[in-house]
Amino acid sequence: MIKTSYVSRTIAELKPSGIRRFFDLAANLEGVVSLGVGEPDFVTSWAVREAAINSLEEGFTSYTANAGLYELRAEISRYMEKQFHVPYSPEDQIIVTVGASQALDITLRTILNPGEEVIVVEPCFVAYAPLVTMAGGIPVTVQTSKADDFKLTPEQLEAAITPKTKAVLICSPNNPTGTQLGQEELVMLADIVKKHDLLVISDEIYAELAYDEQFTSFAAIDGMLERTIVINGFSKGFAMTGWRLGFVCAPKEISEAMLKLHQYAMMCAPTMAQHAALEALKHGMQDVEDMRRSYRRRRNYIVKSFNEMGLDCHNPGGAFYAFPSIEKTGMTSMEFAEKLLTEELVAVVPGDVFGKSGEGHIRCSYASSMEQLQEALKRMERFMNNHGK
Amino acid sequence: MHLNEEELEVLRIIENNSRIDLKDLAKMTDLAEADMEITLKKLEDMRVIVRYLTVINWAKVDEYHGVTAMIDVKVTPKRGVGFDDVAKRIYKFKEVQSVYLMSGAYDLSVIVEGRSMNEVASFVSEKLSTLDSVISTTTHFIMKKYKHDGTIFDQTEEDKRIVVSP
Repeated sequence: MIKTSYVSRTIAELKPSGIRRFFDLAANLEGVVSLGVGEPDFVTSWAVREAAINSLEEGFTSYTANAGLYELRAEISRYMEKQFHVPYSPEDQIIVTVGASQALDITLRTILNPGEEVIVVEPCFVAYAPLVTMAGGIPVTVQTSKADDFKLTPEQLEAAITPKTKAVLICSPNNPTGTQLGQEELVMLADIVKKHDLLVISDEIYAELAYDEQFTSFAAIDGMLERTIVINGFSKGFAMTGWRLGFVCAPKEISEAMLKLHQYAMMCAPTMAQHAALEALKHGMQDVEDMRRSYRRRRNYIVKSFNEMGLDCHNPGGAFYAFPSIEKTGMTSMEFAEKLLTEELVAVVPGDVFGKSGEGHIRCSYASSMEQLQEALKRMERFMNNHGK
Repeated sequence: MHLNEEELEVLRIIENNSRIDLKDLAKMTDLAEADMEITLKKLEDMRVIVRYLTVINWAKVDEYHGVTAMIDVKVTPKRGVGFDDVAKRIYKFKEVQSVYLMSGAYDLSVIVEGRSMNEVASFVSEKLSTLDSVISTTTHFIMKKYKHDGTIFDQTEEDKRIVVSP
């Protein structure tokens, strides 16, 4: 008889993702129109897919350098400089990873000593707090609110800092709110970060999907290059989620330490995916522009429609999520999402799975065809007529 | 002629879906419906929007027996009007769907549709090749359309994403 569990206490105590539970509910129903998908509806452009096929045909089936193909890192370096005006050396400041998720994982495991705190800005991507915990750290959540357009205020940041704080983890444009932090807001946050000698982990995976305002990287703010770790990748902007290809740019000292972890845990990212990513960076920017345009139209359409039907929704500056309030229905976000799914077969994600401050909201991805969006909105309007107060 | 960003955006959208509801189009471009009507009217009047078309894959329709041919035409350009005069004489035939002035081995590319190969052949031999300026024609019949005006005809790509994801 086994007296103790084989599973570590850390993992045993982790809560499973609320999204998973909702996925199970939605997956068992027929005819669901989904606004619950956190990935582009575009298939990776053919030129990029063709590059991967070519990579296989040419026989590139072996490992690359641990940090990734040098050619790809050099291209990433050019891309970061050109798009975001941040200089990173391909030699020792860029690591190609298995998705932005692995980039986040090795970042946290590289910088954290047991018991150190990371400030996590909610509502946020479901993996942030668990990744901090798995790295031995303590996630300290800061709840943003609709009144501030879900933006972290300098006062909130300062109030959350303790002597144990090591870093702040920020995602802009944000999943699930779509909120994008402007340059002035970043400058104010940077002042506090510098004052308290903290690191910033800046998840910029949605950087290419900014609609109204030029995207600013945290690393581009004065004095922040040396204390910012930029997480990015090909999943969202280049519609390459399944390729699992991301990258992390960091100050040399951190990057070199991170590479040790990466080489022992992962060796390197898949070679054919790296060749595909190289093609995406070299020749795929027009595709990114076309996709961004398409998302922007749909953003305008869905946000206006939500407001018209009484689902109060702020205008998200980026990513492909709208995060309307459902408070006036008197339901919790889980109740609302479950009812909407069972009554109208529309899948949305309850806001509370992204943290407490997401309660009262639902995440609706507009990475769907206009036809799908029109159908989903028609059903939601009917739902609101039946349940809206 | 210069168009503003909203006008360009309208064109990009309706190029792919000319049946889109005016109300939805206005929402997508962040314009008021009344302004959208004015914008469309302006683009129509300027003949930037020339016609609202539907792309139909006739090959799927049993009742349809039409054929399309691409014809390479070599012509002698005329003093003063160059190729325009002969191009105009060609495009006025109802059988002719498109006429392009080309660089390279021949001068005009003419796309002709007819109910049968015979009908196209008659058009080429009796109407097109007998024009004064026409030196020679080479006719290529289209056997199958895979992609037309940016639309892939046999595309049946489904949404392969899972219903809910992070």
